[in-house]
Amino acid sequence: MTETQIYGVCGAGLIGIGLYGAILGRSALRRLLAFNLIGSGVFLVFGAIARRGGLAGGGASDPVPQALVITGLVVAFAATAIAVALLMRLAAVEGEDASSRAASRSTDALSPPVAASASNSAGGEEPARAGD
Amino acid sequence: MPGLPLPDPRWADVPLALASLGLALWLTLTRRDRAAVIGFTGYGLLVGLVWVRLGSVDVALTEAALGGGLMGLLLLIAVRRLGDGTALSPPPALLTRLLVGLLCLAVTLGLAAVVLGLPSPAPSLVEAVAQHQALTELGNPVAAVLIAFRAVDTLLESVVLALAVIVLWSFGADRAWGLRPRALDIGPPSSALLLLGRLLPPVGLIVGVHLFWTGADHPGGPFQGGAVLAAMAALVWLTRLGEPPPVDDWLTRLGIVVGPLLFLVIGLSGVVVADAFLGYPEAFTKPLILLIETAKTLSIAVALALLVAGPPELPGSMSTGQPATTESRVTG
Amino acid sequence: MSLANAFTMVFVSLGALAFFASWVGLLRFPDALSRLHALSKADNLGLGLVVVGLLPQASWPFGVLKLVALWLVSVLIGGATGQMLAGVIHANAGQISDDRETRPDTGAKSAARANPETAS
Repeated sequence: MTETQIYGVCGAGLIGIGLYGAILGRSALRRLLAFNLIGSGVFLVFGAIARRGGLAGGGASDPVPQALVITGLVVAFAATAIAVALLMRLAAVEGEDASSRAASRSTDALSPPVAASASNSAGGEEPARAGD
Repeated sequence: MPGLPLPDPRWADVPLALASLGLALWLTLTRRDRAAVIGFTGYGLLVGLVWVRLGSVDVALTEAALGGGLMGLLLLIAVRRLGDGTALSPPPALLTRLLVGLLCLAVTLGLAAVVLGLPSPAPSLVEAVAQHQALTELGNPVAAVLIAFRAVDTLLESVVLALAVIVLWSFGADRAWGLRPRALDIGPPSSALLLLGRLLPPVGLIVGVHLFWTGADHPGGPFQGGAVLAAMAALVWLTRLGEPPPVDDWLTRLGIVVGPLLFLVIGLSGVVVADAFLGYPEAFTKPLILLIETAKTLSIAVALALLVAGPPELPGSMSTGQPATTESRVTG
Repeated sequence: MSLANAFTMVFVSLGALAFFASWVGLLRFPDALSRLHALSKADNLGLGLVVVGLLPQASWPFGVLKLVALWLVSVLIGGATGQMLAGVIHANAGQISDDRETRPDTGAKSAARANPETAS
C-alpha cells in the first residue's frame, strides 16, 4: 500500500468517526468537534488524491488541490469560531433566563396571590430577552 | 539527506494513520469535553505530520497553525465557559449506537473503496501549473495557484473571513455593542504566562512575517504567516498585556477590510488593464502580487485574531465562566 | 557513510530514546506532577539531541541558526507551560479525578481508596 492509499483510507475512517460523533455526540461542543473531524477527513482524502496527481506529474503533490484545502481549512476555522460564539451566547441567554425564573420563583414564595402576575411578567420578559 | 540508509517510509505511515484514527475515535467517545478538546489539539498536530507525508508542506503549516493552535485555544475557551458537559443527556441506547455505528462503517467502507479504486493514470495539474508559473515569478506553485490561477477563490475567501467577523460580532448582546470582546479575559496571568506574553510576541512577529515573505518561493504564505501573527495577538490579550479593540474602532475595521478591498480593486482594474477580472498586467505582476499578499496577510491576521477574541460583551457577564468542577480553574 | 551522516544517526537515535523514556515515564509514574517532570525533562533532552543530530545536515549559516532558534523557543515554551501546568496541578492536588488511580494494575488502588473522590 502506498502512502496515498494509507492516508486515503485514514481519511475515509475519519469521516466515519466524525459522522458517528456528529449524530450521537453528548454535547453541542462534542458534535462541533465531530464536524471538524469530518472536514479533516475530507481534506485528507483530497490530499491523497493530490499526492497521486503530484507523483504522476513529477512533483511532490498537485498544487491546485493543496490551494483548495488551504482555503477550506481557513473557512472551517471561521465556521468553528462562529459556532463556538453561538454556543456561548446560547449558554449565556439560558443562564439569564434561569436566573430570572429563580428570581420570580422567590417572589412567588413570599406572596402567593402575586405569583400569577410575577410569572406572567417573567414570561413576558423572555421574548424580549431572546431578542438580545 | 543523501547517503542516509533510511528505511521504507511506510513504517512511519501506518502507525501515524492508526494513531490519528485512534485519537479521533478516543476524542469522540471520551467522557469529558475538556479531554476531547485537548485530544483534538493533539489530533491537529498529528494531521499536520500526515500532510507532510503527503508532500503538502503548505497545508501542513496551515493545519498546524490553525487546527492545532488557534482552534485549540478557541475550543478550550469554549469548554471553560460551557462546562465539562459530563452530566448532560443520558447515553443513547445500545441499539441506536449499533445502528449509527453500522451506518458510519458503511460510509467509511464506501469511501475507502472509492479511494482504493481511483482511476489509474492519475489526473494531474502539476505540469500545467509549472508551465505557467514562470509568468508569476513565484517559486512556490501553491502560492502561484492561490494568487494567480485561482485568485477568485482566494478573493472570495478573504471576503468570507471579513463576513465571519461581522457575524461573530452580531452575537453580542445589543447593550454590549461598541464594547470590547472579553472571551480571552480569563483572569490575572500567572508569572510563567506573563513571561511568555512578553518574550514570545516579538519572536512570533518575526516568524509570522518571515512565513509570509518566504511563501513566495518556499512553503509558507499569507495564511500561515497571518495565523502565527493572530496567535501572538491572542497571547498578548490572554496575558492582559493588551486588550482586544472595541468593535467600533475604525482602525480595526480598516484592518479587516483592507485585504479584500485591495484585492477587489486590483482585480477590477485588471478588467481594464489586462482584459480579465483579476488579470495582472505583465510588467507589474510580481509587485502587484506582493502588494495583494501583504494586505491579505494583515487582514487575515486581524480577522483570525478577532475570531478568537469573540463577540463584544458587557463586563462581568459570563466572563469568569462556570467553574462547575475544580478542574476548570485554568489560572494556576 | 560519511562522518556527518553517522553523527546524525547516532544523535537522532539518542533523541528518540529520550522521547521513548519520557513516554514510559508518562505511563508508569504514579501522579500528575511526576509525569509532568518526565515529560518536561526527557522531552527537552530528546529535542536537544535531535536538533544537535540534525545540525550537520542543515545549510550553513541560516539552516543551523534556524534549528538552534527553534530549539531555544521550544525550551522557553516548554519551561513556561511546565510551570503553569505544575501550578494548576498543585492548586488542585487531590481533586483532579485521575483515571490511573482507579486502575487495579498500577498498585495505586489503596491510594485511590484513601483519597476521597471529590470530583466526577
